[in-house]
Amino acid sequence: MAEKLTEPNFLPPVYFISPFGLFFHLQNLPPATIFEKIWNEHIVYQEPGGPSLLYIDRHLVHEVTSPQAFDGLREKRRKVRRPDLTYATMDHNVPTSNRSLPIVDQTSAVQIQTLAKNCSEFGITLFDMKSPDQGIVHVIGPELGLTLPGTTIVCGDSHTSTHGAFGAFALGIGTSEVEHVLATQCLWLDRPKTFAVTLTGKRKNPHAVTAKDMMLYVIRKIGTAGGTGHVLEYRGDAISDLSMENRMTICNMSIEAGARAGLIAPDTTTIDFVRGRRYAPKGEHFEKASEYWESLASDPNAKFDKSVEFNVSSLPPQVSWGTNPGMVADVTENVPDPTEYSAGNENERKAAIRALEYMALDPGTPITDIKVDRVFIGSCTNSRLEDLAEASIVVKGRKVSPSVRAMVVPGSQQVKLEAERLGLDRIFREAGFEWRESGCSMCLGMNPDILSPGERCASTSNRNFEGRQGSGGRTHLVSPVMAAAAAIEGRFVDVREWL
Amino acid sequence: MDTDQIVPKQFLKLTSKTGYGKYLFYDWRFDSEGRPRSDFVLNDPKYAGRQILLARDNFGSGSSREHAAWAILDYGFRAVIAPSFADIFYNNCSKNGILAVRLAAEQVDYLFENHDQDISLDLPNQTVVAGNLKASFEIDEFRKKVLLEGLDSIGLTLKLGKEISAYEARNRVAPPT
Ligand code: SF4
Repeated sequence: MAEKLTEPNFLPPVYFISPFGLFFHLQNLPPATIFEKIWNEHIVYQEPGGPSLLYIDRHLVHEVTSPQAFDGLREKRRKVRRPDLTYATMDHNVPTSNRSLPIVDQTSAVQIQTLAKNCSEFGITLFDMKSPDQGIVHVIGPELGLTLPGTTIVCGDSHTSTHGAFGAFALGIGTSEVEHVLATQCLWLDRPKTFAVTLTGKRKNPHAVTAKDMMLYVIRKIGTAGGTGHVLEYRGDAISDLSMENRMTICNMSIEAGARAGLIAPDTTTIDFVRGRRYAPKGEHFEKASEYWESLASDPNAKFDKSVEFNVSSLPPQVSWGTNPGMVADVTENVPDPTEYSAGNENERKAAIRALEYMALDPGTPITDIKVDRVFIGSCTNSRLEDLAEASIVVKGRKVSPSVRAMVVPGSQQVKLEAERLGLDRIFREAGFEWRESGCSMCLGMNPDILSPGERCASTSNRNFEGRQGSGGRTHLVSPVMAAAAAIEGRFVDVREWL
Repeated sequence: MDTDQIVPKQFLKLTSKTGYGKYLFYDWRFDSEGRPRSDFVLNDPKYAGRQILLARDNFGSGSSREHAAWAILDYGFRAVIAPSFADIFYNNCSKNGILAVRLAAEQVDYLFENHDQDISLDLPNQTVVAGNLKASFEIDEFRKKVLLEGLDSIGLTLKLGKEISAYEARNRVAPPT
């Protein structure tokens, strides 16, 4: 372990290199977005006319995308440069049933054992299946205070964008890049472009219309490739009103809009969330750090490469009807007609026809007539305490429809414990929900939690791709409260009528 | 085309980098009994041994799984041509020596319509030639160099060890407390 140093690690270089102090720099720097500031502060080396080598503050590792990276290190006899900045957990493959039983699926078991072996060999902290801190990597990072404003964070998982909610530059990487960061603590990147997504307006019923609905709406509007090559910055009063948990839901799905990452400038909500967390700076360091965090924002006259603005004050709950996260409708609408939906784009029209065929839906069907067989409340998008608490309000005193199998999978062991302390597990269980152990579970169905062919699911996860939750399974993306109401009624309902 | 289609998740549990070719587009190539679907293009013997994969917009969207790139390579493809790629997938391709070429949508349409013609791809000159089509494509110099010379990018970065250490010292990069 590196020795403990006196300064926290996120202060910008200008504190140290400028003889004239921070003030001098601020006076002379051109206006910049928060993303550009974080980027500039992390450049280790600039290839002339080419990519930048960026320093990585936090590297999160999980069992599925890391084994080949560790093999690569061993082959070349390389070490992990900063095991002290690297943290691992197992989430994708872990069973969510009784943890004391052995894992039935042998290949999953091998992947999980391989991660444990690699972490001990390379000196990396691991929150394993027995750990009270185990959970989905994007839930535990913030929970443990590993996710901090102003930092660079990577993980071999596309939803690393979640951590951007803290005003960090957080991005998903492939396995070769995982190996590269393990060996060098750096990553070569071309600087993405910037994209301002401004959401304004007060939602009339913020319990029924959630951050999930806001984000599904954004993706529906800008498209699943709308953010390609860009870092999205979410701003506006509808964003600053949100809790950290809701902000994570928004940033989480940046990748569904095709973006490299998404972020939100830190404010007092952010700082209050981080304070006191296990790996966050303490005492005087925290005060100093939070001063810097509060200063991190896009300059008023900073230029974005792209921008959009939406008012969400009268937004209805959103439901996806197709096989990509841009195929979304208001709960009050009908399944669209492919010709109208595609507005003249032939490839889009074909995609919509194929999607409706796969989803077994007819154009013109009211969304509220769609019946579901399964309900999944979980995933790194919507499995935090607030998500479960909100859903429990819908469920309380009601019963899951006899034709529905419903489950709640908390995002982490900490979420699970806290929910149980609040008695949420009882509310869900009494209504007929299954209450499971933490993990990715039916978000991608790598563990035994999967849909059978033809089964239709209201899911709080982030992807509705063909077969994502099980071969032949049909996924509708919704918020936790919408999923909870669908479990009770056996079909989609406008949850505004309930809350 | 998302990465869940390129390699379905049931095949992500291996701990090696090879052997994914047989799982490429699995749910499209094979029916639920594991029999090849006759209407899927890769199952047409006419296309056996082809090295260039033609695709549509936003190819490789979705997850970061590098397994998608490994499967394409293992199946025998050396290049993918599409109007656009998802960012992470594009990076994963070049990390594995696969050339991902962005062409205009009409040019890709032309290649789809004339898919019986040979396509020649010239990386040094950044051109694609097929029938009446002669197109050039963009690729950044760094990526091109790494692809052409088959460089080990970690090895290259480790040569910058001094710069990395200097950065750490300057920013007092400390472990979380
Ligand atoms: S919950 Fe789903 S999206 Fe999130 S990390 Fe796990 S598999 Fe990926």
